Amino acid sequence: MELYTPVLALLALAAGFAIFSVAVSTLTGPKRYNRARLDSYECGIEPTPQPFGGGRIPVKYYTVAMTFIIFDVEIMFLVPWAVYFDQLSWFGLIAVVLFLFNITLAYAYEWRRGGLDWD
Amino acid sequence: MNAVSLPLVTGPSLDSFGLDTVWVVLLKAVLIFAVLVVLTLFNIWFERRVVARMQHRIGPNVNGPFGLLQSLADGVKLALKEDIIPTRADKVVFILAPIICVVPAFVTFAVIPFGPEVTIPFTDTVTPLQLTDMPVAVLFVMAIASIGIYGIVLGGWASGSTYSLLGGLRSSAQMISYEVAMGLALISVFLFAGSVSTSEIVAAQGDLWFGLILAPAFIIYVIAMVGETNRAPFDLPEAEGELVGGFHTEYSSLKFALFFLAEYINMVTVSALATTLFLGGWHAPFGIGAIWEGANEGYWPLLWFFGKVFFFMFIFVWLRGTLPRMRYDQFMDFGWKRLIPVALGWTVLVAVMRLITIEETFDRQSLLITLGVITGLLVVAMFVPSFGAARDEAETEEPDAPAKPAGAFPVPPMPATGAVRGAAPPLTFADSGPRPGPAQAEES
Repeated sequence: MELYTPVLALLALAAGFAIFSVAVSTLTGPKRYNRARLDSYECGIEPTPQPFGGGRIPVKYYTVAMTFIIFDVEIMFLVPWAVYFDQLSWFGLIAVVLFLFNITLAYAYEWRRGGLDWD
Repeated sequence: MNAVSLPLVTGPSLDSFGLDTVWVVLLKAVLIFAVLVVLTLFNIWFERRVVARMQHRIGPNVNGPFGLLQSLADGVKLALKEDIIPTRADKVVFILAPIICVVPAFVTFAVIPFGPEVTIPFTDTVTPLQLTDMPVAVLFVMAIASIGIYGIVLGGWASGSTYSLLGGLRSSAQMISYEVAMGLALISVFLFAGSVSTSEIVAAQGDLWFGLILAPAFIIYVIAMVGETNRAPFDLPEAEGELVGGFHTEYSSLKFALFFLAEYINMVTVSALATTLFLGGWHAPFGIGAIWEGANEGYWPLLWFFGKVFFFMFIFVWLRGTLPRMRYDQFMDFGWKRLIPVALGWTVLVAVMRLITIEETFDRQSLLITLGVITGLLVVAMFVPSFGAARDEAETEEPDAPAKPAGAFPVPPMPATGAVRGAAPPLTFADSGPRPGPAQAEES
């Protein structure tokens, strides 16, 4: 754990700086109330109502998010294999190629179904 | 190939870490923090000056020598501006988001190696020029950098503004898309270095940089790092013509400055990671290392390290000065349909080549068979894209894309009241004659 504790020093510094900046800007800046200024910025027109309070917005990014998780887990599997590659030799290579083949099949299927298309 | 398979180990290894006393750790942390803040101020000035030269302008040259204090002046000016929290904003998250964004940007630098072990001046303490290292250092950088995405998406959501929300979502989708390609490009580096610790990866590049032997991975990484930091030509989250300012549209004063700081620190971080993983880290370039014995000792490596980082910073600026912004669908296609298959194929290819190099008792026939199988897989992987590419071309020929076939990938239905609940109904006009203008286009 010795290796990880110095990170906390940098974390504390950075967090202190960030919180200080956010706090100090409320003190240094002017405060003049103006209803229009506190409105959402929308090119000068009346802003569209927002879906706060239980409304929902259709987010098309969910396929990207799910595919990302699959690939990210895949990378996590590849990292230890890459580090111990020389010891694992052919066994490791064949196992990983089979694993990648499975992933590639699912990837090709998603591609074919249009899950990666953007419209 | 001997140099490739048996890299000369120089510099500190994992055993050199975790031995520092508290004050050395604090000193290094404060130094890294100060360097990052000063580097950000410098980089903003550097970018403005270089882009100005590329556009036949002069750029900031009034405040300080060569305008070097311009960014500092801008920072002070931002601090004196009104701190606006929009009435629609979710106040707690709105204030937290810039903090979530900027803190991970600093923390990733904890594991970047700046140089070998040095003696701190006026003492006899010997310490590596790196805050700490860990067996999973590169993964640590990737993981912590991903936390910054939360800051962006939460900031976009909490602003309560359509532009911010869209910018935040775009930004997060973009970052996670290019993170996959980036992660896959790094696998071949781990494979050659046999380690995920940054100091050991640098040590493994004592006589040959991974950027040379793993050139395709290097290129994929460089492309992905531009996408990852939302920089031109991939600066879609901040596309002014579409999204105003993107996720920080509603931010002002020092909160905005924190987002800006995080963006520039992230640029330095990915550049430093590229330096560490592909360009030999703090090692002197070949020619210098050969003719000058002391090039890799003492504090000189700082020069080589920052020289390489600024090389990447210049590339960032150069790209911004040269290329127009990509369209969003082209950008996502490029990431998911080009970079990722190439990175996957490259990883397998590198693994096979490496194994053939290190296995001496090798039968030529089984080599051929194995290569055949791998090539077959690659062909399959490449064949599937050709379907997609053909359909892409068909779609781009017709600007009005036809409705998706019934078997298309499911997309959640729009709520009956329109994209946003409670939105104003579309504009209608009394006279139904043909009217030119945007209102007509929206209705059709």
